[in-house]
Amino acid sequence: MSFQAIIDGLIAGTTIGLGAIGLTLTYSILRFANFTHGDFLAWGAYLTLSVSGFLGGLVASLGVTTPLGPFSFGWGLPVSLIIGITLTILLTMALDKLLFGRLRRRGADAIIIVMASFGASMALRSLLEFIYTANPQYLTRELQIAEPLGLGMRATPDQLLTIGLTAVLVVALNLFVTRTPMGRAMRAVSENPALAGVYGIEVQRVIRVTWIIGAGLACVAGVMSGLLVQIRPYMGFDLLLPLFAAAILGGVGSIPGAVIGGLIIGLAEAFAVQIFGAEWRAGVAFIVLVLVLLVRPTGLFGRPS
Amino acid sequence: MEYLAYAAFFLTLAMTFSIICLGLNVQWGQTGLFNVGVAAFVGVGAYTSVLLTTPATPDRIGGFGLPIAVGWIGAAGVSAVVSFLVGALTLRLRSDYLAITTFGIAIALQLCFQNIEVLTGGVFGVGFIPRAFGSVQANALLFNYANLALAAALVVVLYLVLEHLARSPWGRVLRAVREDEAAAQSLGKNPAALRLQAFALGGAIMGLAGAVQAHFVGFISPPNYLPMLTFQVWAMLIVGGSGNNMGAILGAVLVWAIWALSGSLISEVFPADQQARAASLQIVVIGVMLCLLLLWRPQGLLPERQTISKHLGTRHDT
Repeated sequence: MSFQAIIDGLIAGTTIGLGAIGLTLTYSILRFANFTHGDFLAWGAYLTLSVSGFLGGLVASLGVTTPLGPFSFGWGLPVSLIIGITLTILLTMALDKLLFGRLRRRGADAIIIVMASFGASMALRSLLEFIYTANPQYLTRELQIAEPLGLGMRATPDQLLTIGLTAVLVVALNLFVTRTPMGRAMRAVSENPALAGVYGIEVQRVIRVTWIIGAGLACVAGVMSGLLVQIRPYMGFDLLLPLFAAAILGGVGSIPGAVIGGLIIGLAEAFAVQIFGAEWRAGVAFIVLVLVLLVRPTGLFGRPS
Repeated sequence: MEYLAYAAFFLTLAMTFSIICLGLNVQWGQTGLFNVGVAAFVGVGAYTSVLLTTPATPDRIGGFGLPIAVGWIGAAGVSAVVSFLVGALTLRLRSDYLAITTFGIAIALQLCFQNIEVLTGGVFGVGFIPRAFGSVQANALLFNYANLALAAALVVVLYLVLEHLARSPWGRVLRAVREDEAAAQSLGKNPAALRLQAFALGGAIMGLAGAVQAHFVGFISPPNYLPMLTFQVWAMLIVGGSGNNMGAILGAVLVWAIWALSGSLISEVFPADQQARAASLQIVVIGVMLCLLLLWRPQGLLPERQTISKHLGTRHDT
């Protein structure tokens, strides 16, 4: 057992936590378990990768890939990420307009919408495989040295950056949800959509903002995972169970809960890898999920339904 | 000759998919339970039956050399127990927790199939599974048709039993629970227990299908039980018509035909190095088809029929 597992777990946990925020928001505001959410992470990563490749070809002379400071990427990546976020948001909006929105308006059962999301997820993932093939791709080819942090723990500058960025995003988002009129409207819709509508809250706008936040964070999480590990068509699918487990562990609808849930799952995975071996990593999220459902189905910060 | 043998092979597999679909129809069509882990329940059945019926081998636990029929029964039993446990954990909670948990157990069991090598043979799987009518295996035509007859007979028997169940008081209460839980409860029915029974019954049928498939193909390995399988079976049930047992069988044959035909088309049209890529288009098409059906014709080709007690005579209004 080494302390390195703590760092590894925190880093994996930030990706899971960021992804789980979008999932928990769509779950509480649009009221369905969205199986396509994992694929939003993968699409975000691939869209950013494409933009960054395009940018590299367009203005190669401007040093888009020359590493910034201690990091492994140049200024091209942050720019591509912003465009990638926009494209991911457009993708989810289109999906909502074509599929989920129509089913919602028809008054379809939540479980029918879950099923549609399951079908859409398969289609989206396979489309990625068709466009980009199943071969893994990388946002950067630079090698990084892991710096010592004390107690035998090491982390690369990229890894520390992802932890810092996650912290900033989570604090900002939590302020937005708790301190602004839009945030209040979101909480109202998650409590009772009909009543919120009667009170004069524009439910459609709330739904749009929910997709924007969810898709944006999914893209960031996908790019982080792509930067630290690699980009594969199945990356989002493999993260889906940890995302669900984190959202339920934190309590559906709770943003801090989703992040803490993500960190717990990341840490549990890192320790399980040390104890049982890497081949059992994917089972950890399932064990956590079963334990939460057995002991406290409302999660750490959830309200009883 | 070759085509006849292939037709029998194709139809036998279609029959095994029909059995899975009938199991899913008990869960979703009759009861409204969304199971995203179909592949896992099929896989549990397949591995159970293989453990029971294969001859003993030094590098694997199990291998009891029991008759195939015992394997089938064992498969249904173990799958029923696994479904019961998953159901007991989630059915008292909100409806989509079942979906998430079945999705999770599919991943967990896939890991078990891959990693518990002493039981499952790991990634290499298990071969030389005893086959029904193995004595005539040299004659491919006879062998395939004998298996087809067996699988088809099983589908017919299951169909009759399930139709009978759907018309029985039990089936009617199940649909009552699906349509209006509060009303059913106020009439003294126990929705949680009924759902659990239906979920376990559906799981048992899926396990049986896994065993039938394993003994027909003669080889199993973890990639047979990926989420892809779950997705195919869902497409079959939605195309055929959820809630209708005939629809479940029709959907299974139809979607399997589309799948097999488009697969052979891809291997004809695309060069070898592009085939894996083109095969992903197959999945895109099925996924889009599933979404379009949910949007435009959620009842499928054969919609659910109104069934009421046969003691009330035929209904005239529809």
